[in-house]
Amino acid sequence: MNIKLENLTKRFPARGKGARGEVTAVENLTFEAPDGMLVGLLGPSGCGKSTTLNMICGLEKPTEGRIFFGGEDVTALPPERRGVGMVFQNYALYPHLTVLQNILFPLQNLKGADRPTAAQMKERALEAARMVEIEALLDRKPKELSGGQQQRVAIARALVKRPRVLLLDEPLSNLDARLRLQTREEICRIQKQTGVTTVFVTHDQEEAMSISDRIVVMKDGVLMQQGKPQEVYDDPANLFVAKFLGTPPINVFEGEVKGGRLYLGGAAVLETPGAAEGPVWAGVRPEGFVPAADGPLECAVSRLEVLGRDVSLVCTHPACQSPTLRAILSSQSQFALGQGAVRFALVPGKVLLFDRDTEARVPFAAAAAKQ
Amino acid sequence: MQSNSKKAWLYLLPSLVLLGAFLVYPLIDVFIYSLEECYNFASQTYEGVGAYNYLYVLHDPYFLQAVRNTFLLVIITVPLSTGLALLISAGLASIRPLRRLYQTIYFLPYVTNTLAVGLVFMVLFQKTEYTDGLVNLCLGLFGKGPIDFINGPYWAKMFVLCFYTIWVVMPFKILVLTGALASVNPDYYKAARVDGTSRGRIFWRITLPSIAPMLVYLVITGFIGAFKAYSDAVALFGADLNAAGMNTIVGYVYDMLYGDSGGYPSYASAAAMILFVIVLTITCINLLVSRKSVGE
Repeated sequence: MNIKLENLTKRFPARGKGARGEVTAVENLTFEAPDGMLVGLLGPSGCGKSTTLNMICGLEKPTEGRIFFGGEDVTALPPERRGVGMVFQNYALYPHLTVLQNILFPLQNLKGADRPTAAQMKERALEAARMVEIEALLDRKPKELSGGQQQRVAIARALVKRPRVLLLDEPLSNLDARLRLQTREEICRIQKQTGVTTVFVTHDQEEAMSISDRIVVMKDGVLMQQGKPQEVYDDPANLFVAKFLGTPPINVFEGEVKGGRLYLGGAAVLETPGAAEGPVWAGVRPEGFVPAADGPLECAVSRLEVLGRDVSLVCTHPACQSPTLRAILSSQSQFALGQGAVRFALVPGKVLLFDRDTEARVPFAAAAAKQ
Repeated sequence: MQSNSKKAWLYLLPSLVLLGAFLVYPLIDVFIYSLEECYNFASQTYEGVGAYNYLYVLHDPYFLQAVRNTFLLVIITVPLSTGLALLISAGLASIRPLRRLYQTIYFLPYVTNTLAVGLVFMVLFQKTEYTDGLVNLCLGLFGKGPIDFINGPYWAKMFVLCFYTIWVVMPFKILVLTGALASVNPDYYKAARVDGTSRGRIFWRITLPSIAPMLVYLVITGFIGAFKAYSDAVALFGADLNAAGMNTIVGYVYDMLYGDSGGYPSYASAAAMILFVIVLTITCINLLVSRKSVGE
């Protein structure tokens, strides 16, 4: 079931003392989640991603715009008629019911011809429990479970109705780091196994990049970019997306394009054929630095962080927007730390230019570029 | 360890002394009084020890009347007031405009003096030579004859007493339940909505279990409070409750001590001990039942 949002807008009345007018949580949002895919809705907190999820779910009514599930307009439908399963951030498991009763709860709401017999309900609940591997915990109460187990129960409860769409609100934010890694693989596996179109919300770009088939980046209620994670990472539409994706984050320099070349702090560092002339923001991914004895970019080295597989070279450069910049180098790479400074050549594909005012991407022919 | 526990006892001392002096000692004293036969208040002497006081009290028609009144009051008012309070607080929780105003209005009887409320009830219900009272005026509109609620038939008096008691105890229950309802995690309701849960099912399967501990608390304190009812009856029917046939157990104890027919601390003590046993038993049953159903 593919999900299509068309020009979706949500405005709330402003709250608080003396507040007036409206707050726009989501503005003119259009995107499509293709059938059977895991889509990550990504953005900083307050960007409207949870509101978007609630609108897909039906808990919030959009102010404008329409929502389609596989061609069917569901904008006016209440949540239970949309066939959605939702996993809440704090799981919202009913504390007085056992795990099994929690999973059965949605089935017991069904009426008339849709209502399975008690035996069928039990069978479906067990099937959902097997899917998330919690068969051993069925008689426990939620508070006797760990965070990860509670989440599995919540997923089982969402899946037991065999929803057309599965929605997860910040599924990993309440888990500790070790569980997070394990759980995100688990979500990925369950999603592939059921093939249900899944949308999840997160503010953690690493989480979104690692398991999503598609990511949708939002900021202040507006869609910034959507696409496959690698494509969005390699080819960000604007400075916000470039900064938001990737750890360590992209290094942003004040630069200028003159005569088909990018100048950083007076030195011509890269040929940028096809780029418009003028001042730009130049973003260089941490992996875009190559140590070279005759490299054009000279940076002062602050310290070297050994990460095992890689080393992270923390440097400073006068044109850099942040106090330090980071270069990730293979631990085998050879470089000379002469006088506390290091010279880099830049990998053309890892250098991204953005307009100084609009922060929109300024394209150049990276393939033809030479240092 | 040793010095620690000494310290603990030292900290507990003030409350232990106070509890001992004003709770444990009187309780034991009352128990002793209740066993002393033919106790003379003036000479502080008694003639024997036994269960005579209990036998006397249990055969006293006034006491039996008081027990019947008290039990009726408890059985009628506790479920009704708790149920109504639940209904009203659930209603308050689901409205948005004017909620604060309604909450204040519903809480007002709590801060109003019991006797003042009793006076208002008299105006509403009492039949005098000049007027039949407001309630009777309304009844008259439907062609029903005037009923003397204050000095009339037993059921009419019991109705007023129950009505009055419910009126007085409800605000506190509404307050507690409103708080309990507000503390239910709203995500439970959202999850229930996504699953298409009907309103009735949400109430019975989610709301009610979530506030169950508060309900148990209200039922237990409600039982205890209703068993100890006295001032309500006085406010409505005056000090001579035996004559009105509306006495309660606590009223009987008071009358035995200080009433016109009073001066019998032994009988009063025996009646008080019986009340104590009744309340203790009911509370234990309450706790057992609730522990089973709330399942904590």
